[in-house]
Parts: sequence; structure tokens; C-alpha cells
Amino acid sequence: MDNRQKEIDNLKDYKYGFSTDIENTRAPKGLNEDVIKFISDIKKEPQWMLDFRLKAFERFKQLKEPNWQKPKYPKIDYQDLYYYSAPKSMDDKPKSLDELDPKLLETYKKLGIPLQEQARLNGIAVDAVFDSVSVATTFKEELTKQGIIFCPISEAIQKHPDLVKKYLGSVIPTTDHFFATLNSAVFTDGSFVYIPEGVKCPMELSTYFRINATETGQFERTLIIADKGSYVSYLEGCTAPMRDENQLHAANVELIALDDAEIKYSTVQNWYPGDKDGKGGIYNFVTKRGLCKGKNSKISWTQVETGSAITWKYPSCILKGDNSVGEFYSIAITNNHQKADTGTKMIHLGKNTKSKIISKGISAGYSDMMYRGLVDISSKAENSRNFTQCDSLLMGNKCGAHTIPYIKNKNLKSNIEHEATTSKISDEQLYYCNQRGLNQEEAISLIVNGFCKEVLQQLPMEFAVEAQKLVSISLEGSVG
Amino acid sequence: MLAIENLKAKIEDKEILKGLNLNIKPGEVHAIMGPNGSGKSTLSNILSGKKGYEVKGSVTFEGENLLDLETEERAHKGIFLAFQYPLEIPGVNTNTFLKTSINAIKKARGEKELDALEFLKLIKQKSAELKFDEKILSRQLNVGFSGGEKKKNEILQMSILNPKLSILDETDSGLDIDALRIVSEGVNSLRNKDNSFLIITHYQRLLDYIKPDFVHVLKDGQIIKSGNFELAKELEKVGYEDFN
Repeated sequence: MDNRQKEIDNLKDYKYGFSTDIENTRAPKGLNEDVIKFISDIKKEPQWMLDFRLKAFERFKQLKEPNWQKPKYPKIDYQDLYYYSAPKSMDDKPKSLDELDPKLLETYKKLGIPLQEQARLNGIAVDAVFDSVSVATTFKEELTKQGIIFCPISEAIQKHPDLVKKYLGSVIPTTDHFFATLNSAVFTDGSFVYIPEGVKCPMELSTYFRINATETGQFERTLIIADKGSYVSYLEGCTAPMRDENQLHAANVELIALDDAEIKYSTVQNWYPGDKDGKGGIYNFVTKRGLCKGKNSKISWTQVETGSAITWKYPSCILKGDNSVGEFYSIAITNNHQKADTGTKMIHLGKNTKSKIISKGISAGYSDMMYRGLVDISSKAENSRNFTQCDSLLMGNKCGAHTIPYIKNKNLKSNIEHEATTSKISDEQLYYCNQRGLNQEEAISLIVNGFCKEVLQQLPMEFAVEAQKLVSISLEGSVG
Repeated sequence: MLAIENLKAKIEDKEILKGLNLNIKPGEVHAIMGPNGSGKSTLSNILSGKKGYEVKGSVTFEGENLLDLETEERAHKGIFLAFQYPLEIPGVNTNTFLKTSINAIKKARGEKELDALEFLKLIKQKSAELKFDEKILSRQLNVGFSGGEKKKNEILQMSILNPKLSILDETDSGLDIDALRIVSEGVNSLRNKDNSFLIITHYQRLLDYIKPDFVHVLKDGQIIKSGNFELAKELEKVGYEDFN
């Protein structure tokens, strides 16, 4: 019993909450042209990249911070943030892992992401991003043999400028909304993936984002291009130390699938959610958009969102190519004082396009959960179809769950289906499980995992088990 | 095995059990009969550890104070309740539920947990014994099950968990004659010198298949008469109303 209690207590703590004591190179505090030039300069970017950033910054200055979302937050002082912070040891880029600061290796080991050759995760290539810089990418050589490019975006800007120039900002333009435009001006690092024509990527590609520095915003930028007939499965994971301050993570992720290509993008988001009274935690304001550019292309988003003080994101698909397919599978969990306003947008432009939305929202404690989704079938998207299912599960009586679907169908030959349910874990169900020998935590875990099953099944095998555990842990102690 | 002394139970200020005494020895089958509202389900809820009751008196199970134990701890000790209304749990596969259950109990007892293969073997054997359609096991727990299927599922769980004390709360209600036979066979196959049963029912019908060692009449929160199987027959003839 003692041991079990200890185990539970261990799990209840946010086990990624430690911070790494490391010397940083930082940009001067604040947001201005000089800071943007500093970032561009330290990354040794070409002029066109700096121009891209400055153009975005010009636009940003004219934009107003949106305020239509359900979760409100105290005003962010954008001049009081650091926009670049990286371990000093990364100033002279280490050429191999042997040269990498042992403190960084240790950090990733502690996070369960060993980077060293002998300990690497089987069949998964990892790009490790620490604050504003990518510190290591594994399995690079093996992938290069097949013509696959998997590297930090800052490296791609230098080595593959044509691809970056052609596609960066092609799905999320620099003139997009407030946070996306801010990202375009100040983004620091993230991953770049290019899968050549006809290649099925032989392993999972994965990026692990870690926020470490204080008073720093993380502006991740990821760009994935799947050329004709190619396939890639990509997964991102995120953690951050426990801090009293709220930290901003405003990422832009762009996916492009050409003819007959498929991109499967999975997220396991476990940023620090704040303490049980709602102090601290990450503001996760992220723009993720996929463009099914070619015919018969497919983009599938799967997300397990358990962390962050506020999650505000709508991973979307623009179904431009005829017969293209967009999917969105989501589990979002809020506990204590966490808040989420999340969902998707499916924009049908091509003929015979199909989209599917499966959203599972779970709220516990004093938290608040919103599903917000748009399905838009344009007048030219004949024979298109959408199926949406939104299920909410409530635990306790102090939390909230809301569903707002926006549905626009401008084509009579197309149709949209929407189903929604709201349920509660009943005391009777828990009693039934208890009587069969399951304790409270095991019972909740079983019921919740049953509720989320359809989405968990979409995750790559290696991560499904991890995600299942995460789902249970996030709800520890939520039913008294 | 089980000793209940002067058990009183209240829920929301309403007194339901008013001083109940009962002793069950290993290997015995006891039936409790009584009209609606006499406290039959309350008794099974209190023994299995449902929360929300104000309980007085003493209940010991194998020398241990049962009332101090959590619901799941009682299950670990070998107490099983076949629910009158088995709960639906959407999304949870019946097989998964059964495996989680048996392994939770094994883990608590410090026994080795079953791996997927061992579990499959056990479940195949038990469903064959009970003529239980295995296809049902891949469906979501009790979701869309007919009344009979739900009850049979309870008996299958009982037979897999092999409890020391099985409490059947009106398992026979709403069953057709075939299902009734299967339920009874399930009970009879588990009967041995160590396992005991407490069968709660309205009707004598079930007792024709499961011959109890003792029959008790529960009325207004107390056992007013105890006897052997003959008592059940007498009850059926006279009815609860006139039975004193």
C-alpha cells in the first residue's frame, strides 16, 4: 500500500518539471527590429529570410491581439519577453553529440529521450529543440540515404533555401493572424522535413520541444513537405519546467502534401499546466495548418493535449486537391484550473474531398474545455463530405464543457454530419469497477481510456502506450 | 466466514436495515427472500462496500472487520457482487475489463498477473463451460447487451474471479428459463467446500436450480425467519404479505 501510494504521488507530480542550470545566450529583452536582426544574425540567415521576418514584423505592428476566445488571460507585455535564448555551448555549433554539452544530454535522458547512439529509441528519429535552438538530430545519415531531409529549420534555411523559400509561409502567410505573424517575425527553431517523390519514410520522425529558460517565449516553426506519392509519420512532444510565471509558446506548423502524398502528424502536448491553484503554466497558442495541395493527398492530425495552462489551437486542413482527405483526432484534457479552446478547421475546396473530425474532451476540477470547429465546403467542392463527432466527458461538477461547431455548406451535392454527446463518469460506474477490484484511479483510467480509444488508436504504436498513461496521470486525484 | 451482527443501515435518515444477524460458513449457500423495500439490495450494497450509507453493527469476513475496508479491498479479499443492474461502460471492451479486473485482484494478493495468452485460455474455457457466446466479449462492456446477456456476463465474471463469497442480487429477475439455467449452472459449478453464496431473490424459481442450504426471510429490515429449502416453498404459497 505504501509503495502504491508513493507511486501515485510520484505520478501526480509533473515529472518533467525540473529545470536545467545552463548558461544562456540571449537576445536583449523586448521586441523590435534589432532583436529580429539579432536572431537572424545569430542563425547566420540569408538576406531573404531577414526580409521575410521584417515584413512579418511590419504587419504585426498593425495587428491587434485577438480576444474572442473563451479562456481569458492577463495582458501579455510583449516588450518584457526574451525572444531568443539558447545554451551558450550552442554558440559554436557542436559538430557531433560528443561535443554537445553533457548537461543537455542529461536533460534529454531525464525526459526519456536519449540522444546517444547506443541508447536511441528504436526506429524513431528525433530532433531535440531546447528553448530557441535545435541541439541534436538523430538518424540523420540513415535518412539522407533515401533523400529524406530531416533537420532543424535553421539549418534548412542555409542548406535547402529553394525548398524553404518556396514553401515557408505558403500555408500560413506572414499576413495571417496576430500570433502566427509574430511567429513569422521572431521564430527561432523547429524541424524541417522533406520527403522526396515516391519515398515512404521508414521511421517515425519526431521533434521534442523543451522550454527551459525563464521569461522566454518559444516560437517554434516547423515545415513538412511530402512530395508526390510519399508518406511520413511525424510526432512532436513538449515539456517545460514548473514555474510560477506563465510562458508563451506560439508555434507555426505548416504541412504540404502534394499529389498522392500522406502526412500523419501526431502531438503529445504535455507543457507544464500550472499548479493546482492555477498558478504558472504555459500559454500554448499555436497555429497548425496543413495544405492538401495535390490530388488524392491526405493529412491527418492527431493530438493528445494534456498540458498547458491555456491551450488555444485549431490544427486545420485545406483540402485543395481533388479527392484529398483531412482528418482530425483529438483528446483534450483539462484538470484543476486549466483551460482549452481547441478544435479544427476543415476547408473543402477540391471536388470529392472528405474530412473526419473525432474530438474527445475531458474536463475535471475547475477547468473549462471548449471544442470549436469549422467545416467549410466551398461552392466548387462537389461530392464532398464531412463527419464530425464531438464527445465531452465531465468529472465532478465544477468544470465546464462547451461545443461550438461552425458549419458552412455552399454545395448542394455535398454533405456534413455532426454528432455530439456529453456524459459524466457516474458514481455507479466507479462502484461497479471498484467491486471488481479496481481502485479509484484504475477505474477512472479504464473509463477514460475507453472514452478516448478511437483517438488513441490513431497514434503510432510506440507512443500510444505512453499517451494512455499520460491520459490517466492527467486526471489523478480528480475524483475524490 | 461471514458474520453479521445487529447490522443497522440508514440512507438519508431513512432506516433500512434494523438489526440484522446472519452467519455464513465456508461452503454454504444462503438464500435471502423478501418483498420489495425489505432491504435486500441494501444488504448486498453494504457487504460489497457501496458508499452513502450510515452503518452500525458489525460485519466480519474471515475474522477481519469488513466495514473498515474499501470496496476494492473487499473484492481483493474475495467478495463478489453480481449486480442487479450491471453498469454500461462505453468504449471499454468486455475482455479488457475482465482482464483489468482479474489482474488488479491478483496484483493486490501478490500473485502473478495473467498475460494475454493465459487470460485468453481462461476466458475460452469459462465461456465454453457457461455456453457464453465469446463474441459478446469483444463488445463494449454491457453496452447494448440484452438483460439476459448482462446477467450472464455477471456470472462469467464471477466464475473467472472465483470469489470466496458471491452475492447475487436478484440475478434471476427478468431471465427466461434458459438463461436461468445457465446462471444456476454457473453457481453450481463454483460450489465447493470453501466457496459460499448469498443469493438474494424474490422468487423460489431460482432456488429450484440452486438448492440453498438455508433460506431466510427478510422483512422490514430484519430476518424474521430462517429455515431450509422448505421455507422457500412455504413462502411461495403464502406470499410475503401474510407471512409472519
